[in-house]
Amino acid sequence: MTLLEFASGPGLQWALWIFVFGVVWRLIGALFLLARKDLSKPRRHNSVAAGLGAIWSRSTPAHAFEKRILFQHVTGYAWHFALFISVLFFAPHILFFESVLGFGWPHLPNTIVMVTAIIATAVLITLLIRRATHPVQRFISNADDYISIVVVLIPLVTGILAFAHVGGRYETLLALHLLSVEVMLIWFPFGKLMHAIMTMPARYQAGTAFGRRGVKA
Amino acid sequence: MRKDQTLGEYLQSQGVSRRGFLKFCSATASLMALPPSAVAQVAEALATARRPSVIWLSFQECTGCTESLTRSHAPTVESLIFDAISLDYHHTLQAASGHGAEAAREAAMEENEGEYILVVDGSIPVGNKAYSTIAGISNYDMLVEAASKAFAIVAVGTCAAFGGIPHANPNPTGAVSVSDIVTGKPIINVSGCPPIPVVITGVLAHFLTFGTIPELDAQGRPAAFFGQNIHDRCYRRPFYERGQFAETFDDEGARKGWCLYKLGCKGPTTYNACATLKWNAGTSFPIQSGHGCIGCSEPNFWDKGSFYNPISAGMWGSRDALLGAAAAGAALGVGSAIAARARKKKAQAAEEA
Repeated sequence: MTLLEFASGPGLQWALWIFVFGVVWRLIGALFLLARKDLSKPRRHNSVAAGLGAIWSRSTPAHAFEKRILFQHVTGYAWHFALFISVLFFAPHILFFESVLGFGWPHLPNTIVMVTAIIATAVLITLLIRRATHPVQRFISNADDYISIVVVLIPLVTGILAFAHVGGRYETLLALHLLSVEVMLIWFPFGKLMHAIMTMPARYQAGTAFGRRGVKA
Repeated sequence: MRKDQTLGEYLQSQGVSRRGFLKFCSATASLMALPPSAVAQVAEALATARRPSVIWLSFQECTGCTESLTRSHAPTVESLIFDAISLDYHHTLQAASGHGAEAAREAAMEENEGEYILVVDGSIPVGNKAYSTIAGISNYDMLVEAASKAFAIVAVGTCAAFGGIPHANPNPTGAVSVSDIVTGKPIINVSGCPPIPVVITGVLAHFLTFGTIPELDAQGRPAAFFGQNIHDRCYRRPFYERGQFAETFDDEGARKGWCLYKLGCKGPTTYNACATLKWNAGTSFPIQSGHGCIGCSEPNFWDKGSFYNPISAGMWGSRDALLGAAAAGAALGVGSAIAARARKKKAQAAEEA
């Protein structure tokens, strides 16, 4: 069995099983936390609006902090947007998703995806350096933060190398890319990468809870 | 061709001009990644070369490799060079048969001991050696004997190089490649199902010129011909870069000659010279004819899933297994939530007490 055969066969299977197992485990566990009945009298009844409002308000910088967090804000959006384009609109990726999900969607020209992948990589490296050097960020960071960044950074780098056919034979680079994605999938449910699934529901939940108590958030 | 005749004399007698000969030498030199200054050396060496003895053994094969080399197109300089070797034994091509043919092989082996080139096409059954025999001699025994007295071995075709289709799952004959059996001798793998004719003549030209075997890649194939993958040399590559793909074999993209990646083309992981040398006297190659590369020059190409599955498609197993993982995750999630509540209740009770 070659490295590529392992990476696209058993390696991928195990990574997906662990990913699905872990994500469902954490989601169900979190959902059960909501099952408790709130006995207090609601001050506001339209909790859906409050929940959606919280998703929006936490996606935009608070006016008071606008200038201070401008860098994080811009780089955060640039990173997520570039990653989103690179992962979801690259033709070979869509073929991969199609093989797993059974359906595909239109792709973007490879050259555009290459540009977004390079932007995503550059921004993430910048954020990693900043996290490691900025005194406050460094203080509030733990191993989870660094591991989560590195396991996402490596698939980006190996993906760019595989696309450009630089640094090794294509099948080796493709195998390394797949293996690095598998490491990321395995880490995903157990670290901070889980925010990709948890963030929006968590904001909504916090919004409805605040709304019920009449807190403007 | 007489045995004492040089290759140059022979080609001249066949009407090949000096210009045509030098053109072939230049092409051969560039194919072998030699500098332009080496062309003269190649020409001189080839012109004065004596015909080397070649013994060709055909084992578990379909004769496609022999067809490719001998009948692919009208005689060219390449095929004349092929004619110019002393092919002392080739049981598909020779008129002699039975014990007479075997006697000719044994005589050629004695006469040219340590100097002849052994060409092998087809895989060798080791599960039960009786699956394939020639004049009562098993393929295995014939290979071991012929290889022991050869200068070098050329494994022609994917079957001889890597086991090929006979080796494919479930491999009923226990088929193996030449390199699985022979050790201690130089082996040149000229893989492909079948291999490109000019690659085998190129290997022979290298041998005639330098008296050595060419530089090989990690799979034992001549690096000059197998050094780059089809995708890197494919004329459809710009369509890949632009993200223009044929979705089916008869859609607009297919008619416009767009990239065949989505239709399962194995060009990115296949190392061969099809995209540069092409087939049928340089006329075309599979991708040019509208079908993706099936990766036939790579080991185990028959067992790598469908030819029509894109390379980036994962073999992710069954949906049931994923659902099983989800169910296990859900069970653990519910269990841990119940356990957390029980812990909390217990803590509250302890606090109240």
